[in-house]
Amino acid sequence: MSKKIGVFVCHCGTNISATVDVEKVAEEAKKNNPGVSYTTTYKYMCSDPGQKLLRDKIKEEGLDGVVVAACSPKMHEHTFRNASKKAGMNPYHVEISNLREQCSWVHPDKPTGTEKSVDLVRMMTEKTRKDKSLNPIKVPVTRKALVIGGGIAGIQAALDIADAGQEVIMVEREPSIGGHMAQLSETFPTLDCSQCIMTPKMVELAQHENIKLYTWSEIESVDGYIGNFDIKIRMKARSVDLDLCTGCSSCWQVCPCKKIKSEFDMGLGNRTAIYVPFPQAIPSKPVIDRENCILFKDARKRNIKPNDSKVCRKCLDSCPIAPVKAIDYNQVDEIVSEKVGAIVVATGYKELDDTSMYGEYGAGKYKDVITGLQFERLASASGPTEGEIQRPSDGKVPEIIVFIQCVGSRDPAKGCSYCSKTCCMYTAKHTMLYKHKVHDGHAFVFYIDIRCAGKDYEEFSMRAIEEEGATYLRGRVSRIYKKGDKLVVLGADTLTGSAVEIEADMVVLASAMKAQDDAEKFAQRLSIQYNKDKFLSEIHPKLKPVESSSAGIFLAGTCQGPKDIPETVAQAGAAASKVLALLSADELEREPVIAKVDRLPAPIFSTCIGCFYCQRVCPYGAIESEDIKARDGSTIKTVARVNEGLCQGCGLCAATCRSKSVELAGFNDEQVYAEINSVEFN
Amino acid sequence: MSEETKKTKIGYYPGCAITKCSTSEEYGTSVLGVSRVIGPELVEIDDWNCCGASSGHATNHKLSTALSVRNISLAEKDGYDEVLAPCPMCSQRLIVSQDDVEKDEKLREEVEDAIEMPISNNVKVSNYLEIVKNYSMDEIAEKQKKKPEGLKVASYYGCLLVRPPKILKFDDPEDPKTMDEIVTAIGAEAVDWEFKTSCCGGGFTLSRTDVVVKLTNDILEGAADAGANAIAVACPMCHANLDMKQNNIEKETGRRFNIPIVYISELIGLALGLNPKDLGMDKHFIDTGSVINAFSNIEK
Repeated sequence: MSKKIGVFVCHCGTNISATVDVEKVAEEAKKNNPGVSYTTTYKYMCSDPGQKLLRDKIKEEGLDGVVVAACSPKMHEHTFRNASKKAGMNPYHVEISNLREQCSWVHPDKPTGTEKSVDLVRMMTEKTRKDKSLNPIKVPVTRKALVIGGGIAGIQAALDIADAGQEVIMVEREPSIGGHMAQLSETFPTLDCSQCIMTPKMVELAQHENIKLYTWSEIESVDGYIGNFDIKIRMKARSVDLDLCTGCSSCWQVCPCKKIKSEFDMGLGNRTAIYVPFPQAIPSKPVIDRENCILFKDARKRNIKPNDSKVCRKCLDSCPIAPVKAIDYNQVDEIVSEKVGAIVVATGYKELDDTSMYGEYGAGKYKDVITGLQFERLASASGPTEGEIQRPSDGKVPEIIVFIQCVGSRDPAKGCSYCSKTCCMYTAKHTMLYKHKVHDGHAFVFYIDIRCAGKDYEEFSMRAIEEEGATYLRGRVSRIYKKGDKLVVLGADTLTGSAVEIEADMVVLASAMKAQDDAEKFAQRLSIQYNKDKFLSEIHPKLKPVESSSAGIFLAGTCQGPKDIPETVAQAGAAASKVLALLSADELEREPVIAKVDRLPAPIFSTCIGCFYCQRVCPYGAIESEDIKARDGSTIKTVARVNEGLCQGCGLCAATCRSKSVELAGFNDEQVYAEINSVEFN
Repeated sequence: MSEETKKTKIGYYPGCAITKCSTSEEYGTSVLGVSRVIGPELVEIDDWNCCGASSGHATNHKLSTALSVRNISLAEKDGYDEVLAPCPMCSQRLIVSQDDVEKDEKLREEVEDAIEMPISNNVKVSNYLEIVKNYSMDEIAEKQKKKPEGLKVASYYGCLLVRPPKILKFDDPEDPKTMDEIVTAIGAEAVDWEFKTSCCGGGFTLSRTDVVVKLTNDILEGAADAGANAIAVACPMCHANLDMKQNNIEKETGRRFNIPIVYISELIGLALGLNPKDLGMDKHFIDTGSVINAFSNIEK
């Protein structure tokens, strides 16, 4: 029985009809194509009356196949499939012939455009003749979310999801949640204290009944697919029992290793080997830094169990918990398994610390050339100087500070072409904080452009210049060298066309926001795409800004690209709402356009030869292996199998398969060859 | 030529500044003198010509490239895998020209046409510091006869040895270390200072004396403030500005430096016990006596 196909040609206003004779296309479709029983044209097929026309004609003409010759299927395939479904037709018998993006918009000449359109419609008609009915796949959903990363992005996403009543698991690899925001002194453009607005959220998260928190833990593996992820979490040995410990502080007060550079203070302050990174840490319980603790060093050297080393046991001895002490030197890493339905990746950024990239600025060589985050710690009341601006080398209050913007940003010569977006604002903030604390001090800022686009941002940077008296110089710094106890900064003022030489007491580099060191490895583990700078990619920059390329995995915060706190919080909220939508039902409907590896009766079982080339090309990690077993349990052959939950229907596996064992539903060989064979070559 | 001898022989390209009877003759003399003791054997490229620097590359790119590349092609014809051009202006021109013809097929054809020789680009062009580091560090240790006492050397690389870094790919362009390593190897102290790769003003010494005085003064001051009592160089242009101009600068600024400016090859030569006169150390404007006298025989 052959199909009755209807062809609907859209004018798209004049978008298509200006370059394509739509009437002729409709006429030709009916004349030459077997199976086409009805054709028409309409000004806007996507409009309500257009859709009604489609529905009515399906019923009236008894159509069981439809070709809509209109815009890209990315735009309205969904619209027309829904309309046909309402008319009682299986929606996968609807095909879109793209006459706009692939024809009228790119061809200036009407006769040629018309000719090509006739071909395009014929191709789709041929494909439609071979279309089969497909039904959506239903996938069960585990109603629980995983948030990776406990900075402001992760905290916001976790709270939003948990407040809506869903369970959340948060994994943070540092000893405490808080991320970079906890390190900041004040925040722009309001100059409110970062910790004052951050810590209430941290406490709320820790106390939330729907949130389970794993700190000092890392993601070991992620398996499964949207709605059904299997997560393994490595709880790194903390050497402290979180249930027993009360955070009384006696252990870190007696620790003899006091000269370890504090990561939280960006190396400007010191911490002990058993430590809580900062006073408001959550959990407020210590961890032993096994790299630097003398007991663990001794145990490693002598190859004995840590508890057998007697070099130093001060923390254990000081622990007042009885009868079992809260400190356990022999604790080992533990792997825990969790099942979740959705994942929010909020792994954050790293401040540029490759000082070799800026040898001319003497970063890493001169103590008084510091980074933006280091300045935050200097200005912070909880920082190493308790908020006094003192330079690291000798503790002197700097009379002149030079701020250099775009260090590691907008510098293609050094391999980083992007703008870090936050530095213009935080540098303006730094100059203000400095002036508020050192009234006689003078701040110079070297900039390329001042990019302060955001609500109240422009006013903020102008305030730094006009009211707080920071001197902004438009130009780059070529070199910094030491002269006595001063740093001589050589730069250019491109507005006056002169060379500038400033003898400064301290230099602050507005260091770029970079992707985490392991961002690439992490993205590969989760099958998420990333860009050349290793920032994770959203699936559509405008219309799907928080969705990753893996279904069910969402992005929040700076792991996706440089952004400030307001933007991070907004994105985290967006990611949370996507998670909540996903977790709102027990079952999830998925497009049936997915790949399948064939299965045949014995003795062939499958034409798959088990080369697993498909596994190598699959960007979503959707190819699994399956052992086909005989009755006695022995393996007959190992073949590929497509995980329906993970497959996104891209078709790479089908194209790669050497034995033609993989078929992409809706795009099988028969359909695609029918399309190609219908083209008349002349 | 057998493989064995070919390996140890390196094509020597003197260029205009350091060839016999030229303004910086002592650099060439000392490089050759040192190589006779510790190798590698340097053989002057037959029929070499100007490297195309200065007026050449400032006015006609094709001409200067053709001039440069001809020298390399001559070296290849003579069977050398590597060429030493002690003057950094020369080495930089030779390497950049190689890079230019590598990247520009049309230029390559035009240049091949002009020099009437094929270009294969198989010859590696090295500066003097590379040659010493790659071939002679062990030999220096072996054949050293004299050691300096209290000699504090500021290693001055200038601009051309390391720039443009993407093409030259030699050492860290902001903080090079090769010369410091050689200075340390002969037993002198390499001072840590700030002006290793600062510009000396180069060829502006006659046209913009004011600029050169300022730049060269910064370098001399930097070295003096870091406690150096000699500056080591590997570039005739740097040498001219620091050595010849030093008295003028002292007159202009009022600060007396009296810092001998010595070629790194001269320092190696002194360590090997060569006669200072044979190294050309009597040809300097600033008296090199204090450097020569710092060296004394190693007691064995």
